[in-house]
Amino acid sequence: MNSLILTTATRLIVAILLLFSMFMLLRGHNEPGGGFIGGLIGATGFVMYAIACGTSEARAALRVRPQQIAAAGLGVAALAGLSSGLLGDPIFTGEWLMIGASGDSKGLALSTVLLFDIGVYLVVMGGILTLVFALEEEI
Amino acid sequence: MADHSEHPASFWTAASLLPPLIAAALFAVFTTFLPAVAAGETLRYAWGWIPALGVDFSFVIDGLSLTFSLLISGIGIAVMLFSGRYLAGHPQHGRFSLYLVSFMLAMLGLVLADNLLVLFVFWELTTITSFLLIGFSHGSEVSRRAALQALLVTGAGGLAMLAGFLLIGAETGTFELSALREMGDVLRDSPLYIPILILVLCGAFTKSAQFPFHFWLPNAMAAPTPVSAFLHSATMVKGGVYLLARMHPNLAGTNTWLWTLVIFGAFTTVFASIVALRQNDLKQTLAYTTLMALGALVLFLAAPGGYAVTAAATFLVVHSLYKAALFLTIGCVDHATGTRDARRLGGLARRMPLTALAGGLAALSMAGMVPFIGFIGKELLYKGGLESPASPIIVTGAIFAASALMFAVAGVVALRPFWGSDGKMPLLDRPIREAPLPMLAGPLVLGVLGLYFGLSPHGLQVHVTDPIVGAILGDPDMAKELYLWAGFNLALILSILTFATGVAIYVFQDRIRERIVAAESRLMNFDALWDRLLAAIGTGARVVTDLLQPGIASRYLMAVFTTITLLIGSAILIRGLDIGTVGLSGVDGVHVVVFGLTIAGTLLAVVTNSRIAAITGLGVTGTGVALVFIMFGAPDVAITQILVEMLIVVLFSVAALKLPTLPQRLPFFHRRAHAAVSIALGAIVAGVVIAVTSVPLDLRLTEFFEANSYPEAHGRNIVNVILVDFRAFDTFGEISVVAIAAISAYALLRQRKTKGSQ
Repeated sequence: MNSLILTTATRLIVAILLLFSMFMLLRGHNEPGGGFIGGLIGATGFVMYAIACGTSEARAALRVRPQQIAAAGLGVAALAGLSSGLLGDPIFTGEWLMIGASGDSKGLALSTVLLFDIGVYLVVMGGILTLVFALEEEI
Repeated sequence: MADHSEHPASFWTAASLLPPLIAAALFAVFTTFLPAVAAGETLRYAWGWIPALGVDFSFVIDGLSLTFSLLISGIGIAVMLFSGRYLAGHPQHGRFSLYLVSFMLAMLGLVLADNLLVLFVFWELTTITSFLLIGFSHGSEVSRRAALQALLVTGAGGLAMLAGFLLIGAETGTFELSALREMGDVLRDSPLYIPILILVLCGAFTKSAQFPFHFWLPNAMAAPTPVSAFLHSATMVKGGVYLLARMHPNLAGTNTWLWTLVIFGAFTTVFASIVALRQNDLKQTLAYTTLMALGALVLFLAAPGGYAVTAAATFLVVHSLYKAALFLTIGCVDHATGTRDARRLGGLARRMPLTALAGGLAALSMAGMVPFIGFIGKELLYKGGLESPASPIIVTGAIFAASALMFAVAGVVALRPFWGSDGKMPLLDRPIREAPLPMLAGPLVLGVLGLYFGLSPHGLQVHVTDPIVGAILGDPDMAKELYLWAGFNLALILSILTFATGVAIYVFQDRIRERIVAAESRLMNFDALWDRLLAAIGTGARVVTDLLQPGIASRYLMAVFTTITLLIGSAILIRGLDIGTVGLSGVDGVHVVVFGLTIAGTLLAVVTNSRIAAITGLGVTGTGVALVFIMFGAPDVAITQILVEMLIVVLFSVAALKLPTLPQRLPFFHRRAHAAVSIALGAIVAGVVIAVTSVPLDLRLTEFFEANSYPEAHGRNIVNVILVDFRAFDTFGEISVVAIAAISAYALLRQRKTKGSQ
């Protein structure tokens, strides 16, 4: 599709979408959002890019193959789930690290749960992109 | 394989030396239990495994399991020493050693397990490792077929056995064999006794290759000789016998048990010993004599008498000793001469005196000669047969026929290759010479043990047969004594008659063999039946696949929706559906607009003949549903719904170019059918939803998540906290599905592309 307007606008919109997807991923634990929604938004960004500029451009922008993103996501999620086993808890228990927690404030909360959500994000994004890119190239 | 033997130095490798050392260490450990078991003790060790299901990783050491463990690890030493030399220099020797040791450990787990489910796990492990061992020469079509056949036959039997075990667990509330033994007649009096018996016997009979499941065992001789010696004589095939002995206290004692085992055992033992005489390949001969021994063991586990069980226990040891030794001897002969054909071998004793000695010792025990342990075993078999409650004539007759034939077969295996004139052996580029020591050590020691136990059977009785009888019958005092000279009695007369008949058969063996060959062609060939069964399964699968997967998406959808409609619809018809009172209170303008849009979108998709219009209509429906989610406070679900709708539009816009235009009008019948299913399913779903919402919701889970989401999981978005924390394991399963689905779709699309480009 050779539309100058779409191509130009897409470059901006994709950046915003990707940023937004990160935002949705990170806020997900307290507000609407999360890894699944974030992954869908991130995938939408690259799908738009593929429609506007072609799949080869989109693949180049992605740098790694989408299958690898999905596989890496699965690995990250498995790691997050199993890591609690190493700490002596049942697997898939959330492990938390509260940096600077004081009184009511929980501070900067890092957790294996967040890592797990990042895994979900990567699987969803990688899975959809695998499918869409292959479909577009096939047609 | 003989080609790899010209590098004696390579015997000193880890692949050659580690397995016998492991086996020897295990053997040494097991011998330390002998005094305790001889004193009548039963030792039990348990670790928690799945406490929620009451399944422990539990093991028991009593007379039965210890004897089996000693046989497995002891014969393991001989076999592994042998294979270390036999396969030295083979490019996949390391792999072979790994398989062999894994098999031994699985087999030990099987006989030591106290929990039925643990036993099942190890049972299947022996099946899998034996599959790898039989198919070790995977370049050969014959090996692959034999391996698959053994896997399928014993695997199917194992599954039946698992079903039997689950029924036992359901009836008694325990899977622990030690607990079951205390329960007495619970299983025998159960209405499920017959199903349990059939299922468990399926497992035992397939593993121990009882007729009509016997055909896989001779085929399994495609394995390298040490494997045949280990798996198919001394250990794995005895797994079924072990199971029968283990279940004896709970299942035996009924007429069903007695007659089933007598009939199958007697038939297998006579049938196998006749066919054994017919074989020319010595390994095949030994395979059929193994079937004969397994039949005899089954036959003697049928009856609860002291003589019968003592006979089974003794014959178990006797057979393991001589059969492993004979297999290894034949392996030595094969290794030296390059053939196992009885018609071509002869006069080897001059060149291979020690091999001839080992084979001779084992064969004398097999023939049941004085003063070997085989003689005592045979006497006990006769005594057990004569006191059998089934039918002394059948049991004793079967044993008489089998023993006489065994006598002749022992001559075929151990006399013909070694004595007489030189055979017409294939010409090799090296002289025929004595087998190397690591290969000879095992059969020699096993052969000497057969003599030693015959001369002083007391040790064997105290440490092996008495504890086994104790384990099976619950009372070691029922065990009979092992005597070389038991006085002049009926059993002795039968023994003498056996020798005479055996000699006659040996003398006339060629003529008898011709008769058997002539008769054979008129018998049912189970091996060919097996092939036809496999082919039939393949055809059936193709027919079903063609029926269910025509490759037309609308038919798949029809099948799925029709099934759901019928299942839920019939449930509603039978049980009724209480939809409470339906009213329109609380409906406001926003609701009307949103639902109106949703319905309009659906109608558009139904009536239009344009794909673009249809997908747009569905998009409107989807967006309407998302709006419903927002109205009722589920923003996460709504966002997901909208994003998915967007992606569907993208995917469709890509795919639409390739799709054919919609047919202007589907055939009348199809339209009617589609409409009927759609309306029925819609009505059913709507009815169920109304019915579900008309009763008060059980809010316990919601309250739990509301109360614990922030304090326990540090998150306020309950949906996401459930997804990534409370139910993270489920989510992990779901994202695995997402990844697998994407990769499968990718593979399918790429496949089309490569096909198209060709």
